[in-house]
Amino acid sequence: MELEKLTALQLSEKIRQHQITSVDAVKAVFDQIEKKDKGIHAYLETYKKDAYARAKEVDKGIASGKYTGPLAGVPIAIKDNICIEGKKTTCASRILENFVPQYNAEVIDRINEAGMVVIGKTNMDEFAMGSTTETSAYGITRNPWNPEHVPGGSSGGSCAAVAADEAFLALGSDTGGSIRQPSSYCGVTGLKPTYGTVSRYGLVAYASSLDQIGPVGKNVEDCAALLDVIAGQDEKDATSIGREKYAFRESLSDHVLGMKFGIPKEYLAEGLDPEVKETFMEAVKVLTEKGAIVEFFSMKTTDYMIPAYYIIASAEASSNLERFDGVKYGFRAKEYDGLHDMYKRTRTEGFGEEVKRRIMLGSFVLSSGYYDAYYLKALRTKALIKKEFDAAFEKYDVILAPASPTTAPKVGESLKDPMAMYLSDIYTVAVNLCGLPGICVPCGKDHQGLPVGIQMIGDCFMEQKILNAAYAFEKGRGAFGEPGEGGRA
Amino acid sequence: MAGIIDDATMENVCILAKLSLTEEEKVKAAAEMQKMLDYVEKLDELDTRNVEPLSHIFGDRNVFREDVVTNGDNSVSMLANAPKSKENQYQVPKTIG
Amino acid sequence: MKQYETVIGLEVHVELATRTKIFCGCSTEFGGAPNTHTCPVCTGMPGSLPVLNKKVVEFALKAGLATSCRINQYCKFDRKNYFYPDNPQNYQISQLYLPICHDGSVEIETSAGKKTVRIHEMHMEEDAGKLIHDEWEDCSLVDYNRSGVPLIEIVSEPDMRSAEEVIAYLEKLRCIMQYLGVSDCKLQEGSMRADVNLSVREVGSDLFGTRTEMKNLNSFKAIARAIEGERERQIELLEEGKVVVQETRRWDDNKESSHAMRSKEDAKDYRYFPDPDLPPIHISDEWISQIRSSLPEFREEKQLRYQEEFGLPPYDAGILTESRHLAELFEQTAACSVYPKKVANWFMTEVLRLMKDQGMEPEQIRFTPQHLAALIDMVEKKEVSGKNAKLVFEKIFLEDTDPVAYVQEHGLKIVEDTGLLESTVGRILDENPGPLAELLGGKDKVMGFFVGQIMRQMKGKANPDTVREVLLREVENRR
Repeated sequence: MELEKLTALQLSEKIRQHQITSVDAVKAVFDQIEKKDKGIHAYLETYKKDAYARAKEVDKGIASGKYTGPLAGVPIAIKDNICIEGKKTTCASRILENFVPQYNAEVIDRINEAGMVVIGKTNMDEFAMGSTTETSAYGITRNPWNPEHVPGGSSGGSCAAVAADEAFLALGSDTGGSIRQPSSYCGVTGLKPTYGTVSRYGLVAYASSLDQIGPVGKNVEDCAALLDVIAGQDEKDATSIGREKYAFRESLSDHVLGMKFGIPKEYLAEGLDPEVKETFMEAVKVLTEKGAIVEFFSMKTTDYMIPAYYIIASAEASSNLERFDGVKYGFRAKEYDGLHDMYKRTRTEGFGEEVKRRIMLGSFVLSSGYYDAYYLKALRTKALIKKEFDAAFEKYDVILAPASPTTAPKVGESLKDPMAMYLSDIYTVAVNLCGLPGICVPCGKDHQGLPVGIQMIGDCFMEQKILNAAYAFEKGRGAFGEPGEGGRA
Repeated sequence: MAGIIDDATMENVCILAKLSLTEEEKVKAAAEMQKMLDYVEKLDELDTRNVEPLSHIFGDRNVFREDVVTNGDNSVSMLANAPKSKENQYQVPKTIG
Repeated sequence: MKQYETVIGLEVHVELATRTKIFCGCSTEFGGAPNTHTCPVCTGMPGSLPVLNKKVVEFALKAGLATSCRINQYCKFDRKNYFYPDNPQNYQISQLYLPICHDGSVEIETSAGKKTVRIHEMHMEEDAGKLIHDEWEDCSLVDYNRSGVPLIEIVSEPDMRSAEEVIAYLEKLRCIMQYLGVSDCKLQEGSMRADVNLSVREVGSDLFGTRTEMKNLNSFKAIARAIEGERERQIELLEEGKVVVQETRRWDDNKESSHAMRSKEDAKDYRYFPDPDLPPIHISDEWISQIRSSLPEFREEKQLRYQEEFGLPPYDAGILTESRHLAELFEQTAACSVYPKKVANWFMTEVLRLMKDQGMEPEQIRFTPQHLAALIDMVEKKEVSGKNAKLVFEKIFLEDTDPVAYVQEHGLKIVEDTGLLESTVGRILDENPGPLAELLGGKDKVMGFFVGQIMRQMKGKANPDTVREVLLREVENRR
């Protein structure tokens, strides 16, 4: 039996029924990592010894009735911007090359309580800034479907690991599409929850008002199950919000008959790759065939989403990343002349180009004389975008959109023109600006065999609606397949 | 607002962001920033005169903690991360005054 | 030379007396070993998040309402960005755009009379860590124990014109904060800190001159000297035809001079923006009225009441109300005594004397009000002599001893055995025929001699009035 091909829920069921053990699952994952990760580099670090020890403990816990949840025993990969006590957390940056947090992120505690087994840390764009996982200070990650292409970003490592069966599930983080876009490129399912649904405690901040941790899995049900594990109010995160009911997986239904879907016309205009558009429209047909009502509508603020997003995200990032200064943790430059020179050299040597670019932009838009014109203008624009989404959700249950204008670009192409890279975030950033939940499900492939994903966006706290829509779509779509032999790294 | 990123602005941005760039890097960074600013100028097309800036998406309820001590002494493990420390303190180059 | 007027505004930082820091559950206790009161939040560890201590908002509201401020019922925290090692995140969480309180005022009194000083705004923020300079290695060391201790910053309008007014204003603020119990406001320990914004202008001018901001003022004396020094420095510049530069200066009280705190790396551009990690604060009408009704009776009200209720002169009423703790101890003692005015006398004399002798702050005085009341009761009932009562009170003051038991145990109670008194009087008269003859001859002064002799024999345990009475009777018998 090829254990690594199972979904997380299938795997756990076998473990809980004592057909296999969590140790077997961990072995399957590490066999796969050894076989494949040299070519993909989804992981920055793996915890083989710890994972086996933990799996043994979990097997005992399952036997004793301590772990009964639907994901007990399942190995999981963690994006390297999420703190694990005693484990290096680098954010794929040199400036945190030796940082070992003495605390767990809230999600890690929850994953442990669910009886899951953390197997390692995945690669990402440095501080989650990037769309290709090429800005990592520790080497790029390659797309399991075709190693000449990027996996997307910034959660490229997490998505590639799941796509390559090097993990059953993974955690990513999404600030402007960083779960949904790489999920689309890697042919996996990824969900960005409503802002505040998952605690950010222990997630190294990029843009605090936009960041959310979310699940990456092989299918919708796995993601729903992992969301059940990680969602919940946390008193350590003042922006986390509690709900009455957490039963995303249990409540899944593939019923979309009569559900109303809207597609922003502007999203299908110039800039969208025709092949992606075609695949997307085919996917929409799957939903209409199941009785969904789909309409086009106009989203007039479309052109303003990226400008508002980059101003707000960069501004917050410039402040969030001030703490990396060589004083308390992480990298400090070897030579310096006095305090301010130490700051400057540490940060100049410690941060990569894309991070510096955003820190500079962010510092500028907040600086005296420009705050109103840029930062406040962006916050006002955000209000208008939010208003337009509010209006849309009065008419529609779910908004449908591509996750990216193209399929995964070739390695080395995107970073040549940062501006063009920013523009490719067009379909994902508004979800973060407005705090909305969004899910990306694989819906087809282009002529190169590279995956295309469809994005489903819900109103705040309406995860269940997009999960159901995605679940229904997935059933209608049928099996998506694995990265083909030819495409394997 | 075209043409705002001059040498002095770049100099100031580097002081604010605590980054030091070579002259060459500065020229490149200035050009990139200018390009980005020219692009975001698009926002000027929007009439936002009567729109309140939206800083927090959900901000309708108070979130407080009670005034109860919950933390003990974790200084040893925390200082273990410090690039330089001395006598249980973080060591930095001499500050002025 | 032209006549100049000094224009002063103050930025006062008051450290709030909460148990924990503003955004984390670390203790605010003073004097722990370096970094032993720290956690990921107050050392700016990656991924840590601030959560607001409710008590800080309550204390800020109290301070605001007590200074007649208006409350921003929707307020937010902003980040103030600047790099310095005592600031672990390299931004300080503070309030700029929507501070919790604004537009208040306090009334001060100086030799020139009463005056109102307006408060521009009051906001909540976190304190920085402590930097010490290590001479051995020529480096600095950072201790984050104070990092995240809650502060309120009270920003006045430029309404003060002299050091005397500044000190009156600070004393007033300190008194209010202490009465509220929100801070102990000790300048020396840094729980109250004042930055002085000062400019000078020609008398009669409506325009403000260029101001400087003076930091590092650790005592009222330093503040007074710094104001005088900065006034002179600015006038001198103007007289020489030079200009005053708007800058921050650091006062060196040993040298009695200041120097500009300038660095080309200090951009002085704090890039304030709303902190996305902290949701806005909503302050309901109910919350405000609840806080308002919890406000104590302040010094001025107490002073007036004491004058009426206890017939105290304004000076005494002022002394007794300087500290809320002392005033409350007085009131509690007065309430359980049938001699409230005597209680006031005891406080004005013995309590204050012992406090001074012991080098104590009023807040350190701890005794049970009933104990002093009982002692005064015994004195008034002539059960204890005044001299002994003072000795007993020392015991109460220092050890909170029960006076009734103590007087009993130590045999200090005045003897009501008239037999013993009469025989003592008789014996003393017999032993002193000379003075007795003088007394019988009409020399009343000799009475004092006999009373003293008798009291000594009775070891103070006799009531002097009774002694006098018995003595007179015995003398008449021998006439």
